[in-house]
Amino acid sequence: MTSAYKPTDEKELAELISWASAEARPLELVGSGTKRGLGCPVKINGRGIPAKVDLSGIAGVVFYEPEELVISVRPGTPLEQVNQMLAERNQMLAFEPLDWGWLLCGESKYGTIGGAISVGSSGPRRVKAGAARDFVLGAHAVNGRGECFKSGGRVVKNVTGYDLHKLMTGAYGTLGAFTEITLKVLPAPEKTYTLLIHGLKPERAVEALTAAANSPFEVSGLAHIPAPEAARSQVPYVGRADRAITAIRVEGHGVSVTHRMEELKKLVAPFGPLEELHSMNSRRFWSEVRDAWLLPPDHQVVWRVSVPPTNGAAIIAASGADSWLMDWAGGLIWLGYESAAAGQGARIRAAMTEGGHALLVRAPDAVRREEAVFQPQAEGLAKLSARVKAGFDPSGIFNPGRMGAVSLPGAA
Amino acid sequence: MNVIAPEPITADLSALAARFRQVLPPECVVTDTIARKPFETDAQTMHRQMPGIVVLPETVAQVSEVLRLCREFGVPVVPRGAGTGLSGGATPVPGGVLLAMTKFNRILDVDYANRVVVAQPGVTNLGITRAVEDDGFYYAPDPSSQIACTIGGNVAQNSGGVHCLKYGLTVNNILGVELVTMDGEVLRVGGKHLDPEGYDLLSIITGSEGLLGVITEVTVRILPKPETVRALLVSFDSIEAGGACVADVIASGIIPAGMEMMDRITIDAVEEYCAPGYPADAAAILICELDGPAAEVDYLIERVTAIATRNGAIGVRASQSEEERLLFWLGRKSAFPAAAKMKPDYYVLDGTIPRNKLAPVLARIGELSRASGLTIANVFHVGDGNLHPLILYDANVPGEMEAAEHLGHDILRLCVSVGGVLTGEHGVGTEKRDLMPEMFTDLDMQQQQRLKCAFDPGQHLNPGKVFPTLHRCAELGAMHVHKGKTAFPELPRF
Repeated sequence: MTSAYKPTDEKELAELISWASAEARPLELVGSGTKRGLGCPVKINGRGIPAKVDLSGIAGVVFYEPEELVISVRPGTPLEQVNQMLAERNQMLAFEPLDWGWLLCGESKYGTIGGAISVGSSGPRRVKAGAARDFVLGAHAVNGRGECFKSGGRVVKNVTGYDLHKLMTGAYGTLGAFTEITLKVLPAPEKTYTLLIHGLKPERAVEALTAAANSPFEVSGLAHIPAPEAARSQVPYVGRADRAITAIRVEGHGVSVTHRMEELKKLVAPFGPLEELHSMNSRRFWSEVRDAWLLPPDHQVVWRVSVPPTNGAAIIAASGADSWLMDWAGGLIWLGYESAAAGQGARIRAAMTEGGHALLVRAPDAVRREEAVFQPQAEGLAKLSARVKAGFDPSGIFNPGRMGAVSLPGAA
Repeated sequence: MNVIAPEPITADLSALAARFRQVLPPECVVTDTIARKPFETDAQTMHRQMPGIVVLPETVAQVSEVLRLCREFGVPVVPRGAGTGLSGGATPVPGGVLLAMTKFNRILDVDYANRVVVAQPGVTNLGITRAVEDDGFYYAPDPSSQIACTIGGNVAQNSGGVHCLKYGLTVNNILGVELVTMDGEVLRVGGKHLDPEGYDLLSIITGSEGLLGVITEVTVRILPKPETVRALLVSFDSIEAGGACVADVIASGIIPAGMEMMDRITIDAVEEYCAPGYPADAAAILICELDGPAAEVDYLIERVTAIATRNGAIGVRASQSEEERLLFWLGRKSAFPAAAKMKPDYYVLDGTIPRNKLAPVLARIGELSRASGLTIANVFHVGDGNLHPLILYDANVPGEMEAAEHLGHDILRLCVSVGGVLTGEHGVGTEKRDLMPEMFTDLDMQQQQRLKCAFDPGQHLNPGKVFPTLHRCAELGAMHVHKGKTAFPELPRF
């Protein structure tokens, strides 16, 4: 049985880490553990099974000032609780953190805010509002030496010192353990409408989405769903369409949404027959896109591929995938395979001719251990990343191997 | 300002210059005293240093060679764009090399389908917008020096502008860079895609103030130009009323493109300078700019007008034409030159505070100003709490420059004490270096310096900037642990 620790505050956590650092004992940092299936499994690496450090005890809201558009929370705070609190004041986390539970646990499990920031993934609104790290204004954390440090602050406009908190966003807990995270929040949209175009092929869909993205109508979601995946939708207009769906989201003040929907209809009318989703259906649909919920749940292997939007359709064509979704106007491709087979990752990566990042999201454990889960980096960049890791965690005790080779001790 | 450098420079600069001339065209290596003179300062002109050698490379391979040679000779290197920075980030190190990137002035790729522009670092901020505006696009961050400042400098400083509230800083608007490290290696970080691969190094390279590497290419996001832009000019009989109005606008779910405020002293100065027609009876004026689809802008103009009236505005004017909007902005954009007319010199500060601390902080700034005998004009990006107090002084009066610096530092300490920060967009450089401990503990700064060590273990790049204490990387990397003597010989159980 592995040891498990549950520190309740920064001091206990720092003491634990100091000890582990001195003993070179590896630790696995987890919140509620809903995203342990994402990234690489932690490596045993001859130093014993990493002891689990459960950070869900370091939880709670430090402060929330709606009129300042800022909230500061402890990492173990459930993401749903944060979302709920913000919703009560008509605000939101604008980067749309995913409910990874659907892909990784087979059911809704939002996990903790610390987990959401540590995997750093952004939803459909990434194209307009920015990425998870754009909303992290500051943090307190403990490094691999057991030292407490902070970076950033609570204001949006701040260039004092390096943004270590942004670097730690998406670092899968391999650089430090958060003890407080300060986030920028935004007003929730008054209205959320969606314009649907029926029956487009992927290349044509990218053209339509590009036209919308390049218009001044401030769209905040640009997705394309092929017919079989669209049929899984619980939104009747999508689920019963029996055709591929290209979707453009328009959010904001009521009068503005109405105006922009009218203008966008004129713009994309030449592409195909149109339909509209209003608030409830819109929100339901975009959460299905956000969480890749529309992919068949029994497809064993799932990839998330971030590429320049013009490269998206080619990735789908070359991937040989059994199911797929397109988001970010072609810049984000989810690929599903019924079962694992040799060469799937290689095929995807070979098609990424203009750079990008293919992340293996779901696969049987054997595949997760063998396949390059994160995009392989050029040698210089990989070595630099390993030195960065060593600068935070010189004994390599945090989540060893969780982000692949760069996060293993001695890689620098 | 005391100069801090990792080691006394003992290298033979003429030998280094000779080696530079083997890899660079002769005109790109400047050793002549008069020709080096223009590089002795950036726009933070209080402190000047002559660089030992100025190099102006033309290719990435040359940048790489220059850095390799500097490392071989043990000579520090200061990278520089247009030199418009306000915190002394590009102040040369005496006897060091100044690496000017101004010859990298080409736009490499305009890619509308992916909504990005790839530019060399010496392209000006405005140059990017100029390249795409005829096709209906623009680059959002707009520092007031945008006509001259370079995109490479913007990345190094994580530059802001008046539209950060809605559109963010540089870090929020770029997707990739090419970077040459101190050992001459060329790295590509990011690209035209949105998710980072591996650690998000772009987020720390942006704003690294030339301490991590030399940027040789930048990929920026471009946005479609908004359909409409309109501004409101609102006047108040107190700063407090203005501040309350701003808080109410944001609390009601409106994020304007920009919100700028200025105080009475500044209003008088700009009226005298360029007569924008600001109300004569106002203690403060607010410019609130709204952009987006026409229907939205018109609707929000009405809502903000109502909020302003409710907060006791003594005058509200909405721009009815582009000319009128630009007239509203004329005074704001002239604030710095107008201040320069009041006194021979001014020192501009850059602290950010939580918006709700605005009234007490400005009151305290007024007290500090009166106590020091130096006049302060206040202009600020009120939407995001970024203050730019202008301390007016005369460098020819003995002691006045030092008094201005002293007052400035007191104001920045005040910003930090209310939960704010030392610098919102100008950077730390040399100017705020010694104030870093106001905001950060030794451990905070050491963690930042370890990042520096990962990029530049010999600390040749821009030494003496940002961090008040230099630590050798070996010292920062050491693990001070003694097996068996830690606080927890037994397994701790929490």
